[in-house]
Amino acid sequence: MHSNRLGWILLAPTLVILFFFGVLPFVYVVFVSFHSWNPFAANPEMIFNGADNFRKIVFDAEFLNSVGVTVTFVFFAVVSELIVGYFLAQAFMKEFPGKAIFRTIHTLPLIMAPIIVGSVWKLMMTPSIGIIPHYLNEWFGLSVNIGTSSFAAFATIVVMDIWHWTPLVTLTLIAALVSLPQDPFEQAQIDGANKRQIFFHITVPMIAPAVVATVFIRLMDALRTVDEVWMLTGGGPGSATRFVGVHIFREVFPKTNYGYGSTISVIVLYLTIVACWLLYVTMLAPRNTKKD
Amino acid sequence: MKKNRPVLAIVFWVLVSFLTLFPIYWLFVISVKPAVQLFSTPDVILSDPYWGNYAKVWGDRLLRSYMVNSLVISTGNAVLCTLLGFFACYALSRFNMAGKESLFFWTITNRMAPPAVFLLPLFLLMTQVYAVGDFRLLDTRIGMILVYCTFNLPFAIWTLRPTVDGIPKELDEAAYVDGASAWKVITEVVFPLCRPGLAVTLILTWVFAWNEYLLAATLTNFNARTLTTGLSEYVTTTGTEWGIMATISVFTLIPALIVFGMVQKHIVTGLTFGAVKG
Repeated sequence: MHSNRLGWILLAPTLVILFFFGVLPFVYVVFVSFHSWNPFAANPEMIFNGADNFRKIVFDAEFLNSVGVTVTFVFFAVVSELIVGYFLAQAFMKEFPGKAIFRTIHTLPLIMAPIIVGSVWKLMMTPSIGIIPHYLNEWFGLSVNIGTSSFAAFATIVVMDIWHWTPLVTLTLIAALVSLPQDPFEQAQIDGANKRQIFFHITVPMIAPAVVATVFIRLMDALRTVDEVWMLTGGGPGSATRFVGVHIFREVFPKTNYGYGSTISVIVLYLTIVACWLLYVTMLAPRNTKKD
Repeated sequence: MKKNRPVLAIVFWVLVSFLTLFPIYWLFVISVKPAVQLFSTPDVILSDPYWGNYAKVWGDRLLRSYMVNSLVISTGNAVLCTLLGFFACYALSRFNMAGKESLFFWTITNRMAPPAVFLLPLFLLMTQVYAVGDFRLLDTRIGMILVYCTFNLPFAIWTLRPTVDGIPKELDEAAYVDGASAWKVITEVVFPLCRPGLAVTLILTWVFAWNEYLLAATLTNFNARTLTTGLSEYVTTTGTEWGIMATISVFTLIPALIVFGMVQKHIVTGLTFGAVKG
């Protein structure tokens, strides 16, 4: 009746699906990454070539550029989202009429498909039809063209990401702020601490775990950003917004260079794991060891 | 002590809401403009809406089949993930299987990997390896339903675990004493009690599947194409049909908005992956 066999039977479908669509693709991509394979080239055979692909990737300027673009994007987007999200969360801590409605509105972008977000911003930013370049030009005399200016394209993607994902940061920080005990704050006020001292010595340490969790989620998501960028700029102009995901999407399929494409995939997966692990170790682990 | 100044707060939030809503509003404005008006001075105020784009999108047989595909794939995937996730959580919660916590963690890691990494291996496996006779998984609805499990099944397990853990084991045992079979206990005792958690999981996995683009764009080419991939087909180098693109976006957005209204209260725990207990 309580045998573990039933447990395994219940778990089996999940494990089988994740094996065929999660584990096996991973093993397969690692296997192919050690081969030279282009089925549509003069020699369509899969040929083992050892670590050649990995040697090539170290000197691949396009790939290295895409890593640089991604890291820059993640830095600016996540930092801005944390700052804006924190202020909005604090603003939500006060009582005011219509709070529930405003919070619902603020949450809306979260459920929008990234590809829709990309198309919305494309409609607003494309020079001939977009409303933003039009009024920036009319009011400030600025000419903004995401099709030709690398800076404009990159900045638009950062702003778009802030628009899309700040609500998530706000919501998690609200949850963290609501659950804070009030005693330390009252005590600090009685002891005559000023606002800045309270912020840095009480608020920050107490919401740090929630902030780390939020950064973790945002970092993972930002590293896999593809859809909205693909829609908005297609990686251009030039390679100014060619994130690693876009790079894989763009390079692998038109060129059908399966061997080298697999190598890029393996390296990107490796870099993602390392980035998340580093974040975890530097921000979470010291806290845990202190407690133990 | 701080004074509450509601007027200031409302002005501030009206401004923030304007910034949040304007892009969505602009999407709607473009969708109800005839093509010739797009390139004149942009009007912020909507006047004299033109519904031609909506008629065109609704009347397009190809786009309608994309809509059906999107509906079938996201519904099939959400139901599958919620059911399998529920069974998995029941197993993790009620049995002492060796290494079950590692297994639980492993399922979650499946969601963390960037999907772009798996595009190529999934494409190759689905064209060559996962095939029976002439049947290949590539470009089939069932194939997409299974592929979406890689990110939705871990999510379902993650969000359902606290719900299933929260149902007291004594209830199962009481039912066993009354002579119920294991299947009866799971489906008729535990399952109904988990209904609220199951509903939230079902809806959120549905939205995630509905919104997915990258995998659908790569792993389908005609038969199982979804609405999100249809969207990108209207962006071409020779000229983009802006009005149609905006209209398809609206069509994609509306179901997600309706569904969002249903679970709005629970969305924090759902979207934050349970990282912060709300």
